[in-house]
Amino acid sequence: MAVVKAVTCPVCGCLCDDIELTIRNGKIVKVKNGCAMCESKFLSHKNEHRILKPLIRKNGEFVEVSLEEATRKAAEILTKANYPILYGWSSTSCEATRVGLELAEEIGGVIDNTAVVCHGPSILSIQDVGISSCTLGQIRHRADLVVYWGSNPWSAHPRHIERYTAFSEGRFQKSAWKGYLTKVKASAAKKKIESALRRVLFRKKAFVSPKPRKGPPPTLFKEGRKLIVVDVRKTRSAEISDCFLQVEPNKDYELLQALRALINEQEIDVDEVAGIPVEYLEEIADLMIGCNFGVLFFGVGLSMSKGKLRNVDAALSLVRDLNMRTKFVIMPMRGHFNVTGVDTVFTWQTGYPYAVDFSLGYPRYNPGETSVVDILLRGESDAALIVASDPVASFPKKVAEQLVKNPLIVIDPHMSATTRMADVVFPSAFVGIEASGTAYRMDHVPLPLKKVVNPPNGVLPDEEILKRILVEVKKLKEKRLVEAA
Amino acid sequence: MDIAIKDGKIVERVDELRARKIYASGMIVMPGGVDIHCHIAGSEVNTGRLLRPEDHFRDFERKTPKTRSGVGYSVPSTFTTGYRYARMGYTTIMNPSMPPLEAKHTHEELNDTPMVDKGTYPLLGDWWFVLEYLKKGEIEECARYVAWMITSTKGYAIKIVNPGGLEAWGSGGNVGSIDDQVPYFGITPREIVRGLCKVNKLLNLPHTIHVHTNNLGKPGNYLTALDTMKCVEDLASEDKPAIHITHCQFSAFKGSDWRTLKSGAEEIARYVNNHSHVTLDMGQVIFTDTTTMTADGPFQYTLHELSGNKWVNHDVETETSSGIVPFRYRRKSYVHAIQWSIGLELALLIKDPWKIFMTTDHPNAGPFIFYPRIMAWLMSRKAREAVLNRINRRARNRSLLPSIDRELGFYEIAIVTRAGQAKALGLKNKGHLGVGADADVAIYNVNPETIDPSRKYKTVRKAFRQAAYTVKGGETVAKNGEILKHVKGTTMWLDVQVSEPIKITEEMKRRFREYWTVEYENYPVTEKYLEVSHPITVKANV
Ligand code: SF4
Ligand SMILES: [Zn+2]
Repeated sequence: MAVVKAVTCPVCGCLCDDIELTIRNGKIVKVKNGCAMCESKFLSHKNEHRILKPLIRKNGEFVEVSLEEATRKAAEILTKANYPILYGWSSTSCEATRVGLELAEEIGGVIDNTAVVCHGPSILSIQDVGISSCTLGQIRHRADLVVYWGSNPWSAHPRHIERYTAFSEGRFQKSAWKGYLTKVKASAAKKKIESALRRVLFRKKAFVSPKPRKGPPPTLFKEGRKLIVVDVRKTRSAEISDCFLQVEPNKDYELLQALRALINEQEIDVDEVAGIPVEYLEEIADLMIGCNFGVLFFGVGLSMSKGKLRNVDAALSLVRDLNMRTKFVIMPMRGHFNVTGVDTVFTWQTGYPYAVDFSLGYPRYNPGETSVVDILLRGESDAALIVASDPVASFPKKVAEQLVKNPLIVIDPHMSATTRMADVVFPSAFVGIEASGTAYRMDHVPLPLKKVVNPPNGVLPDEEILKRILVEVKKLKEKRLVEAA
Repeated sequence: MDIAIKDGKIVERVDELRARKIYASGMIVMPGGVDIHCHIAGSEVNTGRLLRPEDHFRDFERKTPKTRSGVGYSVPSTFTTGYRYARMGYTTIMNPSMPPLEAKHTHEELNDTPMVDKGTYPLLGDWWFVLEYLKKGEIEECARYVAWMITSTKGYAIKIVNPGGLEAWGSGGNVGSIDDQVPYFGITPREIVRGLCKVNKLLNLPHTIHVHTNNLGKPGNYLTALDTMKCVEDLASEDKPAIHITHCQFSAFKGSDWRTLKSGAEEIARYVNNHSHVTLDMGQVIFTDTTTMTADGPFQYTLHELSGNKWVNHDVETETSSGIVPFRYRRKSYVHAIQWSIGLELALLIKDPWKIFMTTDHPNAGPFIFYPRIMAWLMSRKAREAVLNRINRRARNRSLLPSIDRELGFYEIAIVTRAGQAKALGLKNKGHLGVGADADVAIYNVNPETIDPSRKYKTVRKAFRQAAYTVKGGETVAKNGEILKHVKGTTMWLDVQVSEPIKITEEMKRRFREYWTVEYENYPVTEKYLEVSHPITVKANV
């Protein structure tokens, strides 16, 4: 039995690196420090629908083949294609992505990553406005005002608040944990009273407590760190916040612009914006200006709701404006554990973060044209390689249909919706569990991913599989050159 | 004269019948170029790339059977960076600003920067451990931690940027002079610079402390630059340099505001001419569109306010900050034209070419691809006049350049572009062609015997733009602008050996966890991150 310390969790963009694993007989038997998402990933990676042998579809059926045969088949498909797409990447290592980029260049294809369906608009906005940001420790040490906008860290990034923001303990800022405990107790008490009332009143319907007050809650004026949540519905994160601003659906832009106006000392001539009274907003604006160090985290609730680009533009501009008055930073809450790393590798090799088209022999970037979803919508691609991603499940139906129409190669540890539709399947090792590598946290801090147990027999890491395909592609191309001559 | 090469080194002689030969008579043969300060890799550089798609659209390089594709202009992608340096005959480049927490990123990019040997300087001037140990006066303990940091991040030198100012910027502040207190830490920039200068000496590092001064980019800051040089005067020993002031142009502003801005080059040159403990590099402005990026967060914010251009800020916990702002230097702008003049004035007024090196602080004052232009300006009065005639009139009237006749010769150019830089860096096998040197050679197709660079500066400029041959480690890697071979190049780093290394106790790990948001185990850059690792062992006196 062995205990491995300081393991990085390959699940979400928090990339917690303090996980302790106990390993017995080549299996992970205990996970310490991780959240529920982390635990289930480490404990059940063996039991998920693993593929153990390379597969090729022959006459409509999957047939187990040797790695060499699958590699040859994949290379054939890719070299034959005129406009292949290589998609996924955000759940694999930077090292694998590096090989993927070379492969894309070699075959003159388009390489794109999942940013295109989550924070792609955020990146476009950053290219327009810039971004005032920092690493997460800076927030832990200094932030006295934490705002989550359109993101629900409690559920999607479970340890974000405890490790990096409101409940973490920094050099210049203390944890707001205690206040939270009282709040939880109070809310538990409230729930008890409510259910008691329900019983007393024999109501079948849920008891509805009186409509919440629309003004700022008293917690907003407490000492120390404050946590504000802005969202369209009351999430778990909202429940533990000091102040929850419920914005009417699709009105984020209006709300952000109103805050910008207030921060820039402009008058607002209406009584309410996005369902929130202006007096209330004035308090919030004052709080933002008055803090020593504020941070705004935004999620797909902002970047993927109506007005995408405009929303993020407004948020970035709000924070930029705030810097004239105080210190303020902003950060997108990136989902997949290495989506930040993938953007990073794309950028250093090609100058562009996603949607990179090599069909002319050099990197071209024009999201909307060179992004995979758009290419599929136009029906232009004629083959695809998918790495560590399940686009058949996540893309719109029409786009997914287009994807599976052409030859499809999939590299994935398990039998996903996309794998089921593939023509060539490579089983791969789980990076961060069965293979090592590097990933970048949502704040761009690079962290090592560890190999803690062996992958199933004969199963290789993404990086290795891609290298083999690349070698095979180069061989095929050379052969063709010789034949042509 | 012949130069013999064997196994990647310059040797006494080789078997002439069997050796491959390059006929270079009538050409200039120099050691490969050395760049002491260019931002080419790591988190801020990459964010600069990300921020500027418009910068790449017009300037790209196609894939060839020998090379990878990429994009260029002010922040080129990694492969393109390597190729472009190689085409100019450069073979060694130093990336000057690496946040230790993000060191893995810098090294991953250096791995993908081909054709050149490289090194990188960790930012240590605002690291909490340094501030705390210096405050307590524990220089030796501080030195042990710095040794640990340089070795763990695979760094090459101690980089200091706006000492104290970056820590203050973490909370939105700055420091205004070398005697200001850093909030909370109760230490001054003077104490930081002096402390790290002593540490540098205790550790026997090959380069000096590499300093970006306080107040950079502010009118009147030449006084701060002078104060910074003076503050380590007594720490110098036997004529050896003790401090390198980088991109000095940005720290040589006289005047009380932008309207009254004047050059402080004369004062700085006078000081440097009379002292032997300082080296500088130029940070020469090029009139073009570029991307500024430094670890100096507050400076970048000021630049954003002045220009109204898009702005990126990225503070790094416990260590440093950084900022990025696209910027265009205009000939007709008074301030920019004065800045252009200052860089050249420094290089021409400082008499000893071993004390001032040619850089643009790439890409801050301009992209490195413009080096040949600067060489022409340094070698030809006529070349300078051609620009002077076209710059802002008020700036021209105030420029010292018309009063300077000096024109550098080819030997002096070789010093300011390679020999001097290699010497300042303590790279014994670079910057010269003596026996034992690395076989990094640049051959330029221009005849030094017959050409008059003062008049024919355009011919010289053209020759420097594209080496006839670039030889790296004994192999011809580029010829007349064509890359013949994609080679990796090494990453040089210091393995600093102290007699009593710091102990990684549970207490240390706890402190680590308190200061950073990563575990101690995951912090260092292991050697496996370096594709071609070149450790240089340094025996410290502590
Ligand atoms: S918060 Fe994210 S990274 Fe951290 S343990 Fe949970 S799933 Fe893993
Ligand atoms: Zn610099």
